[in-house]
Amino acid sequence: MTDSMQQRSSWEHQNQSNTKRLAVWTIAWLITTALLAFGPKFLWDYNSTVSIAALLLNLATGIAMVLANKQLLQNLDELERRIFLDASATTLGVGLVFAGTYQLMEGIKLLPFEPRIAHLMIVMALTFLIATFSGKRRFS
Amino acid sequence: MKNRLKVLRAEYDWTQARLARELDVSRQTVNAIETGKFDPSLPLAFKLARLFKLKVEDIFIED
Repeated sequence: MTDSMQQRSSWEHQNQSNTKRLAVWTIAWLITTALLAFGPKFLWDYNSTVSIAALLLNLATGIAMVLANKQLLQNLDELERRIFLDASATTLGVGLVFAGTYQLMEGIKLLPFEPRIAHLMIVMALTFLIATFSGKRRFS
Repeated sequence: MKNRLKVLRAEYDWTQARLARELDVSRQTVNAIETGKFDPSLPLAFKLARLFKLKVEDIFIED
């Protein structure tokens, strides 16, 4: 058994706990997003009251996810925080450039389909993953 | 910035994981500092100095 497996510091425990918390809230947000997207059509026939409740639930889980992400970031050590912030900066830049270009492409009829916000979210998620992986490799 | 972390760690017969636990950082961070890929913040440098009972300038040497 390796040294690191024999004993874990409270910092590592806190990190694991924060990661789990973020995973739980991210899954909750995805579920409420799916509920909000498909519920009105398939579950409650566009009942406004239920839709507003689903919307509020989606916003609440979204806020909880953001707070969990912030807590995770605060507990990271300084190198991990740097990798995280570098990846966030890259993601923000790529997201901004992509969103602008994507919208312009529709305006000048270069897109055969209507732009969707989901595409931007996919690009940003992939950018963050690649940037984080690249940052970890740079410092390993 | 160069440092004597690897030598000091060897003197104490500590693994990177053990030192990481003492400092409340990840093993990757200890490795990055040792190999000179990452310069620690002042608080972490002082924590290292306290841990090895040395001055910061005895551990870190400017290039």
